[in-house]
Amino acid sequence: MGFDAASVRLDFPIFSRTFEGKPLVYLDSASTSQKPTAVIEAEADFYRMHNANAHRGIYTLGEEATELFEQARSTIAGFFGVSDPGRLVFTRGTTESINLVALAWGRAHVREGDTIVLTEMEHHSNIVPWQLLAKATGAELRYIGLTDEGTLDLSNLDELLTTRTKILAITAMSNALGTITPLAQLVDAAHAVGAIVVVDAAQAAPHLTLDLQTLGADAVAFSGHKMLGPTASGGLLATRALLDDMEPLFGGGDMIREVFHDHSTWNDVPFRFEAGTMQVAQQIGLAEAVRYLQALGMDEVRAHERDLTQYAIEQLQAAGATVYGPTDVEERGGAVSFWFRNVHPHDLAQVLNEEAVCVRAGHHCAQLVMRRYGTPATARASFYVYNTADEVDALVAALDKAGDVFAL
Amino acid sequence: MALDEIYKEVILDHYKSPRNKRELPNASYTCSRNNPLCGDEIRVSANVEGDRLTDVTFQGAGCSISQSSASMMTEAVTGTSVAEALDLASAFRGMMAGEVEPDEDRFGDLVALKGVVKYPIRIKCAVLAWDVLQEALAGDGAAAATHDH
Repeated sequence: MGFDAASVRLDFPIFSRTFEGKPLVYLDSASTSQKPTAVIEAEADFYRMHNANAHRGIYTLGEEATELFEQARSTIAGFFGVSDPGRLVFTRGTTESINLVALAWGRAHVREGDTIVLTEMEHHSNIVPWQLLAKATGAELRYIGLTDEGTLDLSNLDELLTTRTKILAITAMSNALGTITPLAQLVDAAHAVGAIVVVDAAQAAPHLTLDLQTLGADAVAFSGHKMLGPTASGGLLATRALLDDMEPLFGGGDMIREVFHDHSTWNDVPFRFEAGTMQVAQQIGLAEAVRYLQALGMDEVRAHERDLTQYAIEQLQAAGATVYGPTDVEERGGAVSFWFRNVHPHDLAQVLNEEAVCVRAGHHCAQLVMRRYGTPATARASFYVYNTADEVDALVAALDKAGDVFAL
Repeated sequence: MALDEIYKEVILDHYKSPRNKRELPNASYTCSRNNPLCGDEIRVSANVEGDRLTDVTFQGAGCSISQSSASMMTEAVTGTSVAEALDLASAFRGMMAGEVEPDEDRFGDLVALKGVVKYPIRIKCAVLAWDVLQEALAGDGAAAATHDH
């Protein structure tokens, strides 16, 4: 086997922690991932040895900071198959990136009577910015529905995507169901009616090879903290055409070329969208995370998670849990939502905590999904490079304890 | 161990066999609210004659803490005056904030929820029903008040 999660774990200092003598079983990476020593050190090393503001100082230290920051941009863009680093706008993550497109492109291009097409499996962060845009412009929202199996129902796609559609905003992988969406097909269908495609890659970017050159989406939003990087790292990768067509959102700092009494001119893309001092150390940390993932190999990462997810689904179902979303691991990632017997997810997560097993409980910021499947909440176990089959066993053993506490 | 402190027998009993969990048609007061964190929803209905709460019922779905607290609450405030119910609500909130040592006679089964104080994120579950009751009774009482959120 080319991938050894047990040795990968050794790179993550947090796994040395125990809780009342029990080892940490961290199954909430869809929420945020843990960080390897290399990332923690890269960020700390910037502060220790290279700290200055980027794009400002004439002195050597300032130039070092600028160079590291811009190298990070190239490294991170390259991870997504993009050779032009100018297509990467740094942001605090997926939510900010989606809002950037909605505000900076949407307000200028979307009109009353236009439609914005979403899916019912979107995270709230890929719904609410579009609701705000629709409210501001008079555009209408349309939703691609879900099948009972947890995939997109594309049977009426022709009715939803019309020449009135300006934007298709869609997740690459559902955080609540794990579903991988058929992006290539949807990008083609949206482009055929002249709509732009905005992809929420918060869940997909850490786990799948996303080659934007091949994918052809207009804008892709991702979060560094879910892919082994620091919080507040991440960005928006977009086509030059889209970025050139966007108005600045925030004014101030490095986004400016010249200021006059009554107007100003803007810096080039992508700096036009990077007002104020940026997350310099964090994006440098994310570049290190990207190098770490590349060293593991994204195909290996995917294969490891596919095997682990398969095992988890089998074990959960055998223990009496109802699993939401596709059960075929070719169609899904490693976020596994489930309901265990009669135990409410909040109670379940509480009992699991006693065994140092960390799962998420709630609606996962996907209330449309919860409503679609008639449940107020689910428990969710999600896996990443450092998780092992032993941890799935620990989860199932802890489930049995919860079953005993709440036995009717 | 810690689990026994939060999931006491009496809590599990109210969760598995909730008291006063039914509709109350034409109630003097009805109010519902959900906990945005977990999606738990509680609807509380109450009939008032004079200043007495003659019937207090709840409906909803949620975790053992939110549901058992609602069940215990309906038992604790049925038959009391509106002022006494609001006073107990305030005392219960004080217990959940770790500021009030509960009087066992007055609190009854509610004492069992004291263990939840150690789990700050679950305190919201425990006080949800009480929030709804307070909001329901906050109406002027002249007409049936329905507040939906």
